[in-house]
Amino acid sequence: MATKATEPTKSAVTRNIPLPIYLDYQATTPTDPRVFGAMLPYFTTKFGNPHSRSHSFGWESEEAVETARGQVAALIGASDKEIIFTSGATESNNLAIKGVGRFYKDRRNEIVTVVTEHKCVLDACRHLEQEEGFKVTYLAVQKNGLIDLNHLREAVTDKTALVSVMAVNNEIGVIQPLKEIAAIAHEKGAFFHTDAAQAAGKIPLDVEAMGIDLMSISGHKIYGPKGIGALYVRRKPRVRLHALIHGGGQERGMRSGTVPTPLVVGLGKACEIAKNEMGTDNERIRALSDRLYNGITKQLKDIVLNGDRDHRFPGNLNLSFSYVEGESLMMGIRDIAVSSGSACTSASLEPSYVLRALGVEEEMAHTSIRFGIGRMTTEAEIDYAIETVVKHVKKLREMSPLWEMVQEGIDLKSIQWSEH
Amino acid sequence: MAYGEKLIDHYENPRNIGSLDKNATDVGTGLVGAPACGDVMKLQIKVNAAGVIEDAKFKTFGCGSAIASSSLVTEWVKGKTVDEAETIKNTQIAQHLALPPVKIHCSVLAEDAIKAAIADYRRKTGKAAPAAAAASEPAKVAAE
Ligand SMILES: Cc1ncc(COP(=O)(O)O)c(C=O)c1O
Ligand code: FES
Repeated sequence: MATKATEPTKSAVTRNIPLPIYLDYQATTPTDPRVFGAMLPYFTTKFGNPHSRSHSFGWESEEAVETARGQVAALIGASDKEIIFTSGATESNNLAIKGVGRFYKDRRNEIVTVVTEHKCVLDACRHLEQEEGFKVTYLAVQKNGLIDLNHLREAVTDKTALVSVMAVNNEIGVIQPLKEIAAIAHEKGAFFHTDAAQAAGKIPLDVEAMGIDLMSISGHKIYGPKGIGALYVRRKPRVRLHALIHGGGQERGMRSGTVPTPLVVGLGKACEIAKNEMGTDNERIRALSDRLYNGITKQLKDIVLNGDRDHRFPGNLNLSFSYVEGESLMMGIRDIAVSSGSACTSASLEPSYVLRALGVEEEMAHTSIRFGIGRMTTEAEIDYAIETVVKHVKKLREMSPLWEMVQEGIDLKSIQWSEH
Repeated sequence: MAYGEKLIDHYENPRNIGSLDKNATDVGTGLVGAPACGDVMKLQIKVNAAGVIEDAKFKTFGCGSAIASSSLVTEWVKGKTVDEAETIKNTQIAQHLALPPVKIHCSVLAEDAIKAAIADYRRKTGKAAPAAAAASEPAKVAAE
């Protein structure tokens, strides 16, 4: 027999907070009701195929798609014609990396990326490397999660077709220096692609000012629907790529398939809202993030913030709770939805490769929890989270043989552990 | 993942958390696992003159299943002789707590911990393991 969500605890009841609480905004976001509202008519009454040229159903749908294209473009300082709709950031990243790589392969067959990229970027690169004869450089990151620009400069050559570095990291929230990276790529004539799934609508992005040539966007990370995304592809100077999906030639031949009007309308609306409300959203999110961090660290010692303290999106707080295993903590706080870098939550039983890449020791990687704060998060939820986390960390530390040893002054490194 | 009820109960109300004097001759201590693997279990038993485990304590750094496994084992070993306790199998633990396959290693760790504690106790007291007696006589651990 299995129990799912826990009974609401007393303090939550008295505060009237509906449980469970969602603090996993990097995994996905709820669709903003305004976005959902904008989408609805395109499922039912305005259902035309945007590529139908012979009647008003089609024209109406096409107009909605083009409006949305403009809304996406406006969020990142692009022009409408530079936006290609895809099924999400996974597809956008694949299209950018494989598409550009294959197009320029004869002259340039090298790609430079970073070890902390999302799996879909790493796997796309790995595919080109193993199956198609590309040379891929995976840059290491510094302790703070940021790349060393000098290492990047050494890695980019005049054979490099593409430099792909994410804007905001999904696990630790650090922001890479995009403008500087673009400049280094351009010095050698390479294009710069950024996976902005966690960045678009969260931090100011301007493809012109930053020199970005390709950018991946995901709908469901910015309060839009799942299953839709976009790839920005620069037109001046023109970036060319091989399509991954062939067919009717939609999206300038770069992505065939009927454009899903309702989803596209949702993505457009989500981008519009994000553009208008980024300032106020971020002020709130920063205040909530500080409240959570301060609330926890005031009551608990030996808490480590993973990733750079300053160059980060505050809606991502990745903390290591030394001597407390992450999954056991998640079980204790299971009316709060978070995610963990601990091995035990993944099928692989390996701790997070992102945290390991930062040089976070394995035992600390096992103790990490990512708190994701977003547009719908309230102060009451944060306070509940602080109270619950503190209570359970204290309880689990009392139960932790490691905590006991450290309190007794034993150096954990001096012990001969029986690794298995 | 949804958790089983018994597992939740042991996680939320763990039995026998704590430590015994590891220097006492009637106390055996098992410390297994490694911080780098995300699981460390310390299990201690206190054995009386008749060879019966009078008390057991644990501390565990690990997932909820690991905590529950160790809690359960401390309950099971109390009142058993050392030889009986040694026959506890991880499969019995996993079955009792309804552990999913990815969590079997947590129960293995609990079995290792009790074996290690017994070995430590024997080393201290100079009592050797009874020759092959253990294997033939499984303890009645399924009793609830
Ligand atoms: C940084 C990053 N890139 C790519 C993706 C994949 O996005 P999608 O779900 O839209 O394919 C995600 C989301 O998991 C992400 O966080
Ligand atoms: S201790 Fe790692 S999965 Fe149980």
